[in-house]
Amino acid sequence: MMPFSNLVSIDQVGVEERIARFNTRSIKKESKVQGLKLALSMIDLTTLEGKDTQGKVKQLCYKAQHVADHLVGLPSVAAVCVYPNHVKTAKKCLMSTSIKIASVATAFPSGNSSLKIKLADVKMAVDAGADEVDMVISRGQFLEGNYQFVSDEIASIKEACGKARLKVILETGELSTLDNIRKASEIAILAGADFIKTSTGKISPAATMPVTYVMLQTIKDYYDATGIMIGMKPAGGISTSKIALQYLVMLYETLGDAWMTNEWFRFGASSLANDIIMQLAKEEMGVYYSGDYISKD
Amino acid sequence: MTNSKSKSAKPMAQTVSAKANVKSKTVTTKTSSKIKLESRASWQYAAAPESVDHVSIKPQYDLFINGKFVKPNSKKYFDTYSPSSEKKLSEVAEANDKDIDLAVKSAKNAYDKTWSKLPAKERAKYIYRIARLMQERAREFAVIESMDGGKPIRESRDIDIPLACNHFFYYAGWADKLEYAFPNKKPQALGVAGQIIPWNFPLLMAAWKIAPALATGNTVVLKPAETTPLTALKLAEVIQESGLPEGVVNIVTGFGNAGAALVNHPLVNKIAFTGSTPVGKYIQKAIAGTNKKATLELGGKAAHIIFDDAPIDQAVEGIINGIFFNQGHVCCAGSRLFVQENIAELVIKKLKHRMDTLIVGDPLDKNTDIGAINSKEQIEKIKQYLTIGIKEGAEMYQSNCQIPSKGYFIRPTIFLHTSQSHRIVQEEIFGPVLAIQTFRTIEEVIEKANNIPYGLSAGVWTDKGSKIFNLTSQLRAGVIWANTYNKFDPASPFGGFKESGFGREGGIHGLAGYLKF
Repeated sequence: MMPFSNLVSIDQVGVEERIARFNTRSIKKESKVQGLKLALSMIDLTTLEGKDTQGKVKQLCYKAQHVADHLVGLPSVAAVCVYPNHVKTAKKCLMSTSIKIASVATAFPSGNSSLKIKLADVKMAVDAGADEVDMVISRGQFLEGNYQFVSDEIASIKEACGKARLKVILETGELSTLDNIRKASEIAILAGADFIKTSTGKISPAATMPVTYVMLQTIKDYYDATGIMIGMKPAGGISTSKIALQYLVMLYETLGDAWMTNEWFRFGASSLANDIIMQLAKEEMGVYYSGDYISKD
Repeated sequence: MTNSKSKSAKPMAQTVSAKANVKSKTVTTKTSSKIKLESRASWQYAAAPESVDHVSIKPQYDLFINGKFVKPNSKKYFDTYSPSSEKKLSEVAEANDKDIDLAVKSAKNAYDKTWSKLPAKERAKYIYRIARLMQERAREFAVIESMDGGKPIRESRDIDIPLACNHFFYYAGWADKLEYAFPNKKPQALGVAGQIIPWNFPLLMAAWKIAPALATGNTVVLKPAETTPLTALKLAEVIQESGLPEGVVNIVTGFGNAGAALVNHPLVNKIAFTGSTPVGKYIQKAIAGTNKKATLELGGKAAHIIFDDAPIDQAVEGIINGIFFNQGHVCCAGSRLFVQENIAELVIKKLKHRMDTLIVGDPLDKNTDIGAINSKEQIEKIKQYLTIGIKEGAEMYQSNCQIPSKGYFIRPTIFLHTSQSHRIVQEEIFGPVLAIQTFRTIEEVIEKANNIPYGLSAGVWTDKGSKIFNLTSQLRAGVIWANTYNKFDPASPFGGFKESGFGREGGIHGLAGYLKF
């Protein structure tokens, strides 16, 4: 099936205008509370540092289950996202919960390695129990125009994932133009991505609304052509409730209600959860409380 | 051609395919379990109404003549309603011939005795002051504009009012630089300008008219439209506050007869009119043989052209913005859509999807995209055209949004399978109604775009710069937007070809209409 017959061109100015329009939406009262809870349930709580240890991962996993026990009716986050060597630890901690374990793989974040090593990386994560694999595409190959290489690599890794869902990181900050982002999104989807994801979080700019919008439109076009849903994960740089709600407005008005669940949309973020809790607490109590009421793990 | 095993590094130009993903995808979908929020119903935006506490609307407004609010000679007042609630907002004076005479004479007097004698840079100071006072009260202006006219607060707040202020700022800058704008031509003021403005952008149109008239040293008698007089009367308050010499700007509310009296008054030197083509024709007849200068900005039926190499999602946004901006009450609205036939199906599918996300309702709600139709008369006219369109055999699609039970609301509407011979294609509807045609070649679309008595504006969407320049030189329209639509700026001239009028407003060109050389 070839749903994309022509490369769709993207007008950056038009995209920015559309984003500005999303951002004029005023999300208040019950729709704000509902949106914030939804956003919280969509978070992939992330720690991707060289200094990660078992202890740090355990703390993160506990936080994932107990974001703020003093508030009633809060959902847990969607997943924790760690390096492959920490998947086993996370799995142990989250065994009896519905929280997923996502692992970055494929020589994250640069992706500059051989396919053999990337496949081994994926295998390590999956064998240890990762539910989701976040891979990076070979941006160098993409920018050289070797789209087939990029596509083949994704397809191979998809195969190695087995039952794990595959999120394909485009690292949009390195692709630079919206036309490139559209093209990379199409390649990733056609090669087998279950999710497409903006960024590693290691490059600036990470996720932006224009970039995410172009990716959402690609998902929409693919769905219209095939009836198959693809998930979306903006990652990096989404640190406040306000921004998260703007993303949800964009999601809602672009893809609609069916995507408004953590099965199809995720935020890759580490500090967003605490800001959401702060805002939800404010909605409940009418005032902001000290940040020290919220755990920092 | 590709599967997970193939290792060919052959670069592919535009598309990359991978087989057998469909299967794996359905499997993964089944294995992942949903974490559902207990209360997860469909997400709806809660009402976010703009506050009206800071707004003061008097129960009754008089005529603003010679710097004061005065009772009308007619002794009559008429009501102005909110088209969204159908509630009366205020009543305003109805000017008759005598009132118009008084207003024109006070303008003439102010011109002779004070305004024409003032150094140009002093004029500029007054215009700046008006702009700043308007800016300070921008929120109040925006709310009243939305209450009286029905347009969504998002537009009055973000577009109408800021643009209106910017027009005053812009023309204030020109007041003492006319010699530089028209070198060696000795520009001189005309005298009294009679200005008649429509109901679709009440304050913005007032600004378009008053600012250049004052900058060029003329005095003004302005008649706002009868359905939307409130922001012009608020502007009168601002003008009073600014200390502008008495009589330099007079604002008289009333009906068509007041407009006619203004047009026919012998002391008026210039008529600036924005409105319908029939009235424009009447004005031209009325001033024939007199010395009165005129600029007319009349109706339109813009061609909005989408080529197959356009950025489609942004083009769809442009179509939406082109026809549904201000409920389609825009003379330059992109009301005739031409889509290249090979992408028509895709564009229309996307257009329908986008239409379904538009929120129609309370103009004061910050989330409203499309507000109320301006008047009962107008909504009836639009409904009549819907009937005509259906009778003509066009396929109608309306967005499936909720609309309030009270007030004048209409669903965003498109007509498919229309042709040049349909009335809904030929006539200006002035509502949220789009007639869609397909085209095959560039020559065909140019011919059809120009095949209309109007020529105010047009829009072109293509990724090819050369195509844009080819079209802009061949389309008979005063304003042509490329890869965008409905963009306005005080520095950019605006005006029509053919029956869309003559003369330009905005920019340096906008000064010329108020000057003799």
